[in-house]
Amino acid sequence: MTRQLLIITTVVLSLNASAILKLNGAGASFPYAIYSKWISEYSKSQEKVQINYQSIGSGGGIRQLIKQTVDFAASDAPMREKDKKKAAWPVLHVPTVLGAVVVAYNGKSIGNDLNIDGQVLADIFLGKITKWNDQAIKKLNPKRNLPDQEILVVRRADSSGTTSVFASYLADVSEEWKSKVGVGKSLRWPTGIGAKGNEGVTALVKQTEYAIGYIDLAHAKKNGIYTVNLKNGAGEYIKATVESISASAESFKTSGDDFTVSVINQKTKGAYPISAFTYFLLPLKKEKDQKISEVQNFFKWSLTKGQDFAAPLYYAPLPMNVRKAVVKKLDSL
Amino acid sequence: MKIPYSKQDQYVYTALRFFSLVVVCLLIAIIFQLFMASKLAFDEFGLSFVTDDFWNPVDDEFGALAFIFGTVVTSILALLIAGPVSVFVAIYTNEFLPKKIASVLGLFVELIAAIPSIVFGLWGLYYLAPFVKNFLAPFLKKYLGFLPFFQGSSFGIGILTAAIILAIMIIPTITSVCREVFKSIPNLRKEAALGLGATKYEMVKIAILKPSFSGIMGALVLGLGRALGETMAVAMVIGNNPVISSSLFSAGATMASVMANEYAEADSELHLSALCYVGLLLFVVTFFVNLMARTIVWNNSRKSKR
Repeated sequence: MTRQLLIITTVVLSLNASAILKLNGAGASFPYAIYSKWISEYSKSQEKVQINYQSIGSGGGIRQLIKQTVDFAASDAPMREKDKKKAAWPVLHVPTVLGAVVVAYNGKSIGNDLNIDGQVLADIFLGKITKWNDQAIKKLNPKRNLPDQEILVVRRADSSGTTSVFASYLADVSEEWKSKVGVGKSLRWPTGIGAKGNEGVTALVKQTEYAIGYIDLAHAKKNGIYTVNLKNGAGEYIKATVESISASAESFKTSGDDFTVSVINQKTKGAYPISAFTYFLLPLKKEKDQKISEVQNFFKWSLTKGQDFAAPLYYAPLPMNVRKAVVKKLDSL
Repeated sequence: MKIPYSKQDQYVYTALRFFSLVVVCLLIAIIFQLFMASKLAFDEFGLSFVTDDFWNPVDDEFGALAFIFGTVVTSILALLIAGPVSVFVAIYTNEFLPKKIASVLGLFVELIAAIPSIVFGLWGLYYLAPFVKNFLAPFLKKYLGFLPFFQGSSFGIGILTAAIILAIMIIPTITSVCREVFKSIPNLRKEAALGLGATKYEMVKIAILKPSFSGIMGALVLGLGRALGETMAVAMVIGNNPVISSSLFSAGATMASVMANEYAEADSELHLSALCYVGLLLFVVTFFVNLMARTIVWNNSRKSKR
C-alpha cells in the first residue's frame, strides 16, 4: 500500500515538475513582504511559473547571482564595481519599490511632531548633541518644552541595508559624518546601543524614555511609534508617508540604462529625504532562454499591476515616470 | 542474516572505531575550515587582532578584544549567578524534598532548557530589560554604587541583562548534572555522617559537597560552555556596542553575537574573514576555559587520593 502511494506521488510530482517552470531568486530581506505578495498574486494568473524567493540578505543574493545559483537576485544597494566584474554577464538593476528610513523617538515627555533637520540628526548620532533641550533642537522647535535629559541613541546591531541608507543620508548632510563614520551596512558607531533588527530598535525606542532610533516605515506604522518631521531639500518638514516617499523619486532622471541613482535628500516639494530604491538584479545573458524571459515578464508585471500592492504593505510605489522608463528598458531587451 | 560468533567482536569493534573517528574528523575539519576562512584576516592583522578593540567594517579595520572581553565577562558573571543557585536547587531537590515532588521540580528545571533561545531573547528585551532599568539597576546603584561595576546610567540593555539571561539558560544544565553527581553518592555515607552526630547541614557539607567537588566543577564547565557560545538571546539584550567598560550597566558585544549580526550581510572579503577569525578565537577561548576547568578537577582528584 505505502509503496503504491509512494510510486503514485512520485509520478504525479515528476509530471508536475516537467510542466512547471521554476524560477529562483534570492536577496534582500527588506522588501520580502512585498516580493512574496507579488509572487503569490502573480502565480494566480501564471500557473505554469513557480517563483521562489529566499530573503537571505542583499550580500548573499549578490553572491548567489555571481555563482549563478539563482535566476535573479534582489538588493537594497546597487552592486559594487568589484562584484559587477565578478559576474559572468552585465547585470541590470530594476527598481521595484521605494523604501524609507524613519527616525523614531520615544515621545512620552516630548510630544508629537518633533522637527529635526539633517545636521541636528547627524550631530545626535555622532554623540555631539547629547541632551534633548540642546539649543540646536530647541531652535527647530521653539514652542516646545524639551526635557533636560540625555538622549539615548538606538541603532541597528546587525548589518542592514536600513543602516546603509540612513548613513548615506547622514553623510550627505554632514561632512563630519562622512569623514568620521562613513557609509556601510555595519558601522563603527560613535555612540548609542545596538538592537537586533527593526523590531529590536522599535521595542527599545518604545519602552525607553528619551530614546531615538531609525527603523523602516512598516515598523513605524504598525507600532504607532512617534516619528520626527524631517527637513527635506526644499526646506519643508516632512513626515514619512507612502506618498512623501514616492515623491522623492519624481524628479528621477535615468542616465541611459542606469537606474541606480540616489534619491536621498531631493529638492522636490513634499519629498521625504531618507528614501531609497530597492532593486531586482537581472543578469543580461547573451542567449535568451525561457527562464530569463519569464523572469522579465514577472518584473514587468510587478512594475505595473504589482505596484498597487505596495502601499498597503507600507512600501512606496514607484512614480509613473520611473515605471515607464523601467518597463521600456525591459521591453527593449 | 546471522553474523558468525567469531566475527561479531571484530565487526562491532570496527563500527565503534569508525564512529568515534567520525567525531574526531568532524572537529578537525571544522577547525581546518575556520582556519582557512580566517586566513585573510590573519595575514592582515596577525595576532594584534586579539589585542585591538577597534572594529570598523566601513574601513575594513578589525580587532576582536572588545568581543572577547564581552564573551568572557558575561559568561563568568552568568556562572557566578547560576552556579550557587543550581547547586542549592540540586541539594534541595535531592536531599530535602520527598521523591515525588522532587521529580516534578526537577522536570520544571529541565523544561527551562527546552525554551528556544530566541524566546529568552524576546522575553529579555520586553520584560527583563525594563525590570533591570527600573528596579535592579537603581537598587544596585543605591547600595553598591561605590563599586566601579555599577557606574553610569542603565538603559536596561547591557552586560548585566545579558548575564542574567545567560544564567537562567544555564541553570538547567548545571542543576541536572549536579543532581546526577549527588545521586551517585552512596546512602551509606550520608547515614554514616548523620550517625556520627552530624546535623543535616554538616552532612550535606562533608558527605555530599566535598566528595562531589570535581563533579560540580564538571557541571559548571558544561554550563560555561553553553554560556560562551550562546548567540541569539545575548545579541538581543547586550546592546551590541564593542566597548570595554568596567560598568556592568554599559552595553557590550560578544563574539557569537557579532558573528550572528554581521555575517549575513558582510560584503567585503576581509570583513567575512575577520568574522571567521572571531569564530576561531571563540573556539580557542572555549578550549582554554575547558582546559582550565579540567586542570582544577584533575588537581583536586589527585589531592583527594593522597
